[in-house]
Amino acid sequence: MQLARVIGNVISTHKDERLAGTPLLILQPIASDGMDVGRTLIASDAVGAGVGERVFFVRGMEASFPFRPAEVPTDAGIVGIVDHWSQG
Amino acid sequence: MQIARVIGSVVSTQKHPTFEGAKLLLVQPVTLDEKAQGPALLAVDSVGAGVNEKVLVVFEGRAAGAALGRKGAPVDAAIIGIIDSVDVHE
Repeated sequence: MQLARVIGNVISTHKDERLAGTPLLILQPIASDGMDVGRTLIASDAVGAGVGERVFFVRGMEASFPFRPAEVPTDAGIVGIVDHWSQG
Repeated sequence: MQIARVIGSVVSTQKHPTFEGAKLLLVQPVTLDEKAQGPALLAVDSVGAGVNEKVLVVFEGRAAGAALGRKGAPVDAAIIGIIDSVDVHE
């Protein structure tokens, strides 16, 4: 799992029907010091995150687990909203 | 998922049986400001996308297999949505 900030959203009317109703948010992964790291990506949202929030997300088929038993075709998913974190 | 632009289609007669009837498109991943990012890749299309459209692509085997509706298909990328708009708030 990785930390990210939500920087936007993607609207797609014509999409796989199993993704109907699932928000698709744009994530910028961040390091533990809060700085941007790596490329942006689009993730399905299973927890009701919003733009500006810090979240954590999974990559891979595990992103579809919150939607079981439906087999939702997603490869990245937000699974938590971060209240705060600390180092050391 | 990544944003990509459909730049072409691929025709293949001799292929793995699980690809029968599947539409194969050539997609160019792009950044949020529409710049090409990395090489163009092949993706199966299950939503009826066309050349020049901006699409959402999953780059993971099981998600791609689920999109195609065929378990065990040897695929690693699939188009799962046609993008209407991208809103970046920053």
